[in-house]
Amino acid sequence: MEISGAEIVTRCLQEEGVEFVFGYPGGAVLEIYDAIFKQDKFKHVLVRHEQGAVHAADGYSRSSQKVGVALVTSGPGATNAITGIATAYLDSIPMVVISGQVPTPAIGLDAFQEVDMVGITRPCVKHNILVKDVRDLAASMKKAFHIATTGRPGPVVIDIPKDVTIAKAEFHYPQSVSLRSYTPPSKGHPGQIKKAVNLLADAKRPLIYIGGGAVLSNASNQVTELVKMLGVPAVNTLMGLGAFSGSDPQNLGMLGMHGLYEANMAMQHADVVIAIGARFDDRVISSPSHFLSSPKKIVHIDIDPSSIAKRVKVDIPIVGNVRDVLDEMLGLLRQTGAKPAAEPLAAWWKQLQEWRSHDCLKFDLDSEIIKPQFVVQKLYEVTGGEAFITSDVGQHQMWAAQYYKFNKPRRWINSGGLGTMGFGLPSAMGVQLANPDATVACITGEASIQMNIQELSTCKQYHTPVKIINLNNRYLGMVRQWQEFFYGNRYSESYMDALPDFVKLAEAYGHVGMKIERPADVEPALREAMKLKERLVFMDFITDQKENVFPMVQNNRGLSQMDLPPHMRHLQTGTVAKERDYGNLS
Amino acid sequence: MRHILSILLENEAGALSRVVGLFSARGYNIDSLTVSTTEDPTLSRMTIVTSGSDDVIEQITKQLNKLIEVVKVIDLNESDHVERELMLIKVRATGKDREEMKRMADIFRGRILDVTEKTYTIELTGESSKLDAFIEAVDRTLILETVRTGASGIGRGERILKI
Ligand SMILES: Cc1cc2nc3c(=O)[nH]c(=O)nc-3n(C[C@H](O)[C@H](O)[C@H](O)COP(=O)(O)OP(=O)(O)OC[C@H]3O[C@@H](n4cnc5c(N)ncnc54)[C@H](O)[C@@H]3O)c2cc1C
Ligand SMILES: Cc1ncc(C[n+]2csc(CCOP(=O)(O)OP(=O)(O)O)c2C)c(N)n1
Ligand SMILES: [Mg+2]
Repeated sequence: MEISGAEIVTRCLQEEGVEFVFGYPGGAVLEIYDAIFKQDKFKHVLVRHEQGAVHAADGYSRSSQKVGVALVTSGPGATNAITGIATAYLDSIPMVVISGQVPTPAIGLDAFQEVDMVGITRPCVKHNILVKDVRDLAASMKKAFHIATTGRPGPVVIDIPKDVTIAKAEFHYPQSVSLRSYTPPSKGHPGQIKKAVNLLADAKRPLIYIGGGAVLSNASNQVTELVKMLGVPAVNTLMGLGAFSGSDPQNLGMLGMHGLYEANMAMQHADVVIAIGARFDDRVISSPSHFLSSPKKIVHIDIDPSSIAKRVKVDIPIVGNVRDVLDEMLGLLRQTGAKPAAEPLAAWWKQLQEWRSHDCLKFDLDSEIIKPQFVVQKLYEVTGGEAFITSDVGQHQMWAAQYYKFNKPRRWINSGGLGTMGFGLPSAMGVQLANPDATVACITGEASIQMNIQELSTCKQYHTPVKIINLNNRYLGMVRQWQEFFYGNRYSESYMDALPDFVKLAEAYGHVGMKIERPADVEPALREAMKLKERLVFMDFITDQKENVFPMVQNNRGLSQMDLPPHMRHLQTGTVAKERDYGNLS
Repeated sequence: MRHILSILLENEAGALSRVVGLFSARGYNIDSLTVSTTEDPTLSRMTIVTSGSDDVIEQITKQLNKLIEVVKVIDLNESDHVERELMLIKVRATGKDREEMKRMADIFRGRILDVTEKTYTIELTGESSKLDAFIEAVDRTLILETVRTGASGIGRGERILKI
């Protein structure tokens, strides 16, 4: 029996086991919406802005390992989705975005609500497909899911003209696809893995450098076993947090621009670095030449050959899936009993503990104003470290990464690569739908939250009881920090006047609002909010306006040349970022 | 350094723009590009002449391979290969220049395809450097128009690029 293209779309989504489609209707996708109306296998979540749909699908995927699905109409619906798509692309998140398109005969005629979606998204998708014939539709959908989820994951856009959704065809959903031009690797080269093991055994100052690829590959157990078996230290990128427990004593924490002192020093001074799904990003190793100025051997495990030797030359590249490669490596380690020699390793640990002893995250606990770090710390305590935390972009994001210890993978959901303000709330919605019984908190700032604030309405409609932790410093804090450090305290357009009353705003959307102004109220308020299991609670924490994120590696400085917090200034190498003058702040 | 990359890709709408988009988005050079279908109509073969350090060429190759529609990429420079480019060049050919142009075409093994009282249209094939040399050799003021295809290349001997 022949069915319409629109029905084929919904049938394909059912075949893929999709639970939620995040979307927004419009002319070009009305056929598809009609087909959605007639089925009940998956739910549709009506967002308030298409960017929200894509971020929600993204958060859903990051927290569940499943693929996120979004559906938008042609033209403005499609362009609104772009930021979400680029966000997923830079963090390698598997996602299928279905966009409506004007009917095929109208393509290229500047038709109403026509944009060249395939052209616009080309640089920010893993792949995209314009379906011109209904007979290709099911196979194209299968291909989209296959490409999005295999190899290095990423978003795939499938652009469907309206006439294709109306036309009819037989429905056959292929069970599998094989593309001669696309064969992602899984197992690593055994010879290379052997070399890596030998290198580890000879290491004096080994370090495991864990990135987002370890999370994406669901290799948390393997990573943990490797670190534990060898007794070596580990550091994590912003995207790798949780792949190895944040409270394990062998974890030195996040490294990079706002990484911990001990993590950055370890990375700089290690003699053997095993990179596991981490891509030597500029916000991580800063200047490659300084990074390599302390000689080291590098093993790089990555499924994408183009991530290897892109910024830093490596000695042992291993192209493969983290989990498969580590399984093989662990097997070899068990078999041979290879291990770094005890004595130099003990000396290395002694050095690491010395770096750690400075407690670079120490902050003023006696402050009369709420310190943002304090809120995150209390949130960690109150949630027992078990919450899913989404975040926006700015200082609050860095404090969340530094002070919430992620002990499990996929609990930390943030936009690292694109750094998209506005990601936090819609992604939290997706996380909550994927994990209905879990505590989901969104750590945000008063500027970021306003970028997709409309999704409070979606949260009401779909009962997603997200806890919003607004670290309200009345500033584009991260921008203000840079202006303070590098632009002589000229706070050009980084102060936000006329902020809304967030409590009333939350209430207007039908939620609970709280304003917290004193440190002593932080913990009780958090506890009270967590008790409101069924409600979204918007917690507006009025925090210290002057707080900065430390440590900080300035652009083009080396990893070990951090700007350190006030209590560590005696260790500062290189000139300190301009000493601060808070004269104008109140 | 100059490299000739040979790419086998799916003959699908949009595949070409992905390749070209990749070069512009990542700031790689394209000195020339040729593309056409192969004996297998589902495949296109593209030759790109580019330049860059070894690291850059390595990244270009990896990034090309990452495109879903790209089946295979080889860097022809890695071993012996043959390279050819076609040029059509229209020159002014009057008076004493007429004889001289004919002589130059012969020296470069060109063929005169079209003749008018005042012009010759010459076809030349060869390595790109030979075509450059021809342009250098004739009086610039006599060149009316040039059209070049960009280089195509193929491995020597048994070396083939196939799926
Ligand atoms: C304000 C701000 C500040 C920041 N500061 C920091 C900072 O201080 N420290 C920091 O670390 N980051 C920071 N970032 C984030 C930074 O921009 C990068 O997004 C991040 O460092 C990249 O993490 P990653 O190297 O783990 O790679 P990801 O972007 O997570 O990439 C994953 C890698 O793993 C590979 N991969 C994927 N799947 C697999 C698989 N199955 N098997 C094998 N390999 C796989 C991919 O090919 C890719 O190379 C900051 C971002 C913002 C917005
Ligand atoms: C969409 C978008 N626009 C601009 C930026 C640049 N930017 C990065 S952090 C930041 C300030 C964020 O302010 P807020 O949300 O209040 O967080 P804070 O730094 O104060 O914690 C800005 C403007 C961005 N990352 N994303
Ligand atoms: Mg702020």
